Amino acid sequence: MSANIDEILSQAIQALAQSKDLNELDQVRVDYLGKKGEFTLQMKQLGQLEPDQRREVGQIINKAKGQFQQALEAAKNKLQAAELEQRLAAEAIDVSLPGRGQAIAGLHPVTITLRRISQIFAGVGFKVVEGPEIEDDYHNFEALNIPAHHPARAMHDTFYFDAHTVLRTHTSPVQIRAMEAEKPPLKVIAPGRVYRCDSDLTHTPMFHQVEGFLVDEDVSFADLKGVVYEFLRAFFEKDIQVRFRPSYFPFTEPSAEVDIECVMCDGDGCRVCGQTGWLEVMGCGMIHPEVFKSVEINSEMYTGFAFGMGVERLAMLRYGINDLRMFFDNDLKFLQQFN
Amino acid sequence: MQVSEAWLRELVNPGIETATLIEQLTMAGLEVDAVEPAAAEFNNVVVAQVVSMEQHPNADKLKVCQVNVGEAEPVQIVCGAQNVRPGLKIPAALIGAVLPGDFKIKKSKLRGELSFGMLCSEQELGLAPDADGLMELSDSAPVGTDIREYLSLNDSMIEVDLTPNRADCLSVEGIAREIAVLNKLPMQAVAFENKAVEHAQQQSIAVNEAQHCPRYLGRLIQNVDPKAETPLWMQEKLRRSGIRSLGPLVDVTNYVLIELGQPLHAFDADTLQGGIQVRKSIKDESLALLNDQTITLDDETLVIADDKRALALAGVMGGSETAVTDDTRNIFLECAFFSPISIAGKARQYGLHTDSSHRFERGVDFTLQHRAIERATQLIVDICGGSVGAISEVKDEACLPERAAVQLRPHRIEKILGVTLSGDEVQRIFNGLGMQVVSNADGWEITPPGFRFDIAIEADLLEEIGRIVGYNNLPNSSLLMRSELGTAVESILPQDRIKDFLVDRDYQEAITYSFVDENIQQLIAPDDQTISLKNPISSELSVMRTTLWCGLLNAALYNINRQQSRVRLFETGLSFLSKQGETVQQAKIAGLASGNVNAEQWGEKARKVDFFDVKADLEAIFKLTGYAVDFKAAKHPALHPGQSAQLVLADGEVMGCMGMLHPTLEQQLGFDNKVFLFELDLELLTRKKIPQFNALSKFPSVKRDLAVIVDEKTTAAEIIRCINDCQESAIRDVHIFDIYQGQGVETGKKSVALSLNLQDYTQTLTDSEIDAIFSKVLDTLTSTLGAKLRD
Repeated sequence: MSANIDEILSQAIQALAQSKDLNELDQVRVDYLGKKGEFTLQMKQLGQLEPDQRREVGQIINKAKGQFQQALEAAKNKLQAAELEQRLAAEAIDVSLPGRGQAIAGLHPVTITLRRISQIFAGVGFKVVEGPEIEDDYHNFEALNIPAHHPARAMHDTFYFDAHTVLRTHTSPVQIRAMEAEKPPLKVIAPGRVYRCDSDLTHTPMFHQVEGFLVDEDVSFADLKGVVYEFLRAFFEKDIQVRFRPSYFPFTEPSAEVDIECVMCDGDGCRVCGQTGWLEVMGCGMIHPEVFKSVEINSEMYTGFAFGMGVERLAMLRYGINDLRMFFDNDLKFLQQFN
Repeated sequence: MQVSEAWLRELVNPGIETATLIEQLTMAGLEVDAVEPAAAEFNNVVVAQVVSMEQHPNADKLKVCQVNVGEAEPVQIVCGAQNVRPGLKIPAALIGAVLPGDFKIKKSKLRGELSFGMLCSEQELGLAPDADGLMELSDSAPVGTDIREYLSLNDSMIEVDLTPNRADCLSVEGIAREIAVLNKLPMQAVAFENKAVEHAQQQSIAVNEAQHCPRYLGRLIQNVDPKAETPLWMQEKLRRSGIRSLGPLVDVTNYVLIELGQPLHAFDADTLQGGIQVRKSIKDESLALLNDQTITLDDETLVIADDKRALALAGVMGGSETAVTDDTRNIFLECAFFSPISIAGKARQYGLHTDSSHRFERGVDFTLQHRAIERATQLIVDICGGSVGAISEVKDEACLPERAAVQLRPHRIEKILGVTLSGDEVQRIFNGLGMQVVSNADGWEITPPGFRFDIAIEADLLEEIGRIVGYNNLPNSSLLMRSELGTAVESILPQDRIKDFLVDRDYQEAITYSFVDENIQQLIAPDDQTISLKNPISSELSVMRTTLWCGLLNAALYNINRQQSRVRLFETGLSFLSKQGETVQQAKIAGLASGNVNAEQWGEKARKVDFFDVKADLEAIFKLTGYAVDFKAAKHPALHPGQSAQLVLADGEVMGCMGMLHPTLEQQLGFDNKVFLFELDLELLTRKKIPQFNALSKFPSVKRDLAVIVDEKTTAAEIIRCINDCQESAIRDVHIFDIYQGQGVETGKKSVALSLNLQDYTQTLTDSEIDAIFSKVLDTLTSTLGAKLRD
């Protein structure tokens, strides 16, 4: 009897070993443990034995059955592990392939620069104001203390539509419009497109400026210097040297040009700064009493400063762009560098 | 303004180096643009004299010279110049000399004759671009002296870029005055002795336009030698000021112009017909100018005339008929003050710009004319000889500029500049600048001199203080400002949000010119009234854009022509329209998409962008605003008639349009793919709806589908509107999820599958209620649109 059981067990274990997948393995389980399985049949035959033999044989069968079940479990685990392994191998991908779907584009470097400038000033409460680009002679020139025949007009290379209508040559007319609309205290910046009838390597007929001004009681040249200083340091994120040079604008008095230490050579002198170590980046000054007069602000009570800067110039210095004209070619290979 | 440093130092000579001097000028507002050496680098060149000269035995064109170079024995130098002759003084480069261009002088043998150096021309010393012989030195030149020392070549030419308010610095004296005050030194004004009057002849002068010419001085100088040689020192000073020597008479007037800042003009007195008149031009009068240009005058231009004709453009340029020549014997020397306003713009009007007009436009010292004409007379007589006549002067005091005193108050100095100055400092600064200072109870009364046209108000004086003290020596402060709480306007969608959104949707931002090619503008928007520039840069940039599409299409083509088949761009900016004669400037946002929807990739099948891709982008923007926008089929001259839509707000206002570029234009412009475009009014687009809460329903919602057969011309919008018109409040949402045409659907019809979402606020909908709603919807669709339920 026990020899028979041993044989069944060894056959069963062999069958397990020969099973190639979980289905075959399950068939082996049915063949030995199912209702009509070999071990089941052996148990059923126990009834025919004597009671004391019954117990002994029963123990032998149960032991063999236990061994089989253990082997079955082990075989199952092994097959499952192999199957998972296979699946994982089959599902392996090239993770270096790029992702799918829509890409992202970017803003124009002029916009990026304008936003940074606005952000710095908005942080201390400057309001962003825009104005028309087709401007009348009054706002572009007269109200800014540039009467007809003023030599400063020659510096402007103006585009005309008729004798009294121009494309604004600077963002300063927004200063006039803002002061006409509201009374001090005023803190305004005015970004936008401006136009000069000039086109060569270093000039485009359209470019961008940001005009800023502040009018309040007791605003001094020291305040102007402080604001410009801090702005330039914030913009270049660097503790750069800044100097103020006397200059001339009809709408400010005193007037100054602002130079920064060349950001390309750290002031050592290079091609960009013409070996001077300095770069001219903006014009500024205290608002001229004549300008206040034209917008009916009392210049004994209020003082103010104004500044203006070229956005392309700042963008060129910030990002190392060496050709102004690229800004308006809109070559994707240029634009995408700022994405 | 270009000026010689050595010349400046003749008037004021601070103990500072060139670099410090130019830094000082720049920081005082006289920006130095460039500094060039007066002569290129060279050495070992001395003043020498040809002692004797023999023909070279083996070469026709060469001479063998014995040259005294200041040593014990003459040296032998072979020379090929035509003007070499015994007794001539010339520069000689000795053995070991290095000339400009790193040209080294060595002992050499020329055709068998030894040569111990080289006799030099101006060109060889880098003093002139060309030369036709040796540089001839004056007989008094001391032999053996280093030529750089003799010609004062260790000098710099300083180019000062002056702002238009600083006409007073358009002269050596003017700049020297600034250097003096900056260094707290006195300036040595140009000194000379007036020539005595030797004859009684005078030219009659009539000034008809006293207002434009408040002062006119003239004098006759007789028997001058116009062929006399301008002395080397004057030629050199002129050269270093950027002015070519043109004969002694012209050289002297140019010299005084640079030295004192006063333009003068010398007429050949024998060509004048009758008296001098200063008058307005007569319309269509013509005038042949010195530069060989003949201009036709208007009736507004100030001219110098005689009894017969206009002779010169006052303050701008002389005429060719009365110019001095080599045959001139007698000259009439003019020295006038023309008011800036009468000269301003005149030169430009006739396409001219001269040293004279540049100065008169900005303002010449109206007290300077006597001194300047005397200085010029002295120089002319010293160089050309001649007999001097008395000065005739016509002036109108009332028309001369005024110099009113300007009040300066100490508290304004403190308030604006943030510094306190002592009375002595104020005195020193303003006296140094040539101004009169009188103390009074409120501070000081300061009267500007004739040469300053830019001092009229207190702020002008403050700037002078700032300049002289130095802007960088004034304090900086960290601004303390009144601060207010910021605002958070919710009813406006920030433009930046929309731009960022388009960037995230893979549209690259472009910035294109606001002026465009008239032809392209005409093709794209033939119905728009454009605004044209009077003076465009070129015909491609001549009219203001009425739509941003002009620039975007242009930018797209630029890229397509550079092997970019997929282009997606957007731009914001103004469009410019003429409406009933009024200029309308509207902010727009526009976009363009062409080529594949996605950049080429392995994971998705390539597909060209179509109408609905772009529409989805716009719908998403509208979603940001919270406002519903209808896409209504509409025609646009630039767009495909079957693929264009107007974007209409609920109140009927048109926000913009979108669609496919018309195939004809696509071909005409040179695209080889379909192009989709949109343009929206930015002001309308950035209006944002502030959300309003609606209570949520507690009852379940039911989703039911419905497929109907309708005419293929029936639009989705019509179907949705029809269902909305049923006014069934339980219908929460309707959307189309399929459109089908083909087998099983009659030709000319289409099947539209709709999904309805139903929910009530007060109860759970029963099946019979749902059926009732459904049949109402179907009935309405049938009666309004002739729809049939699809089986």
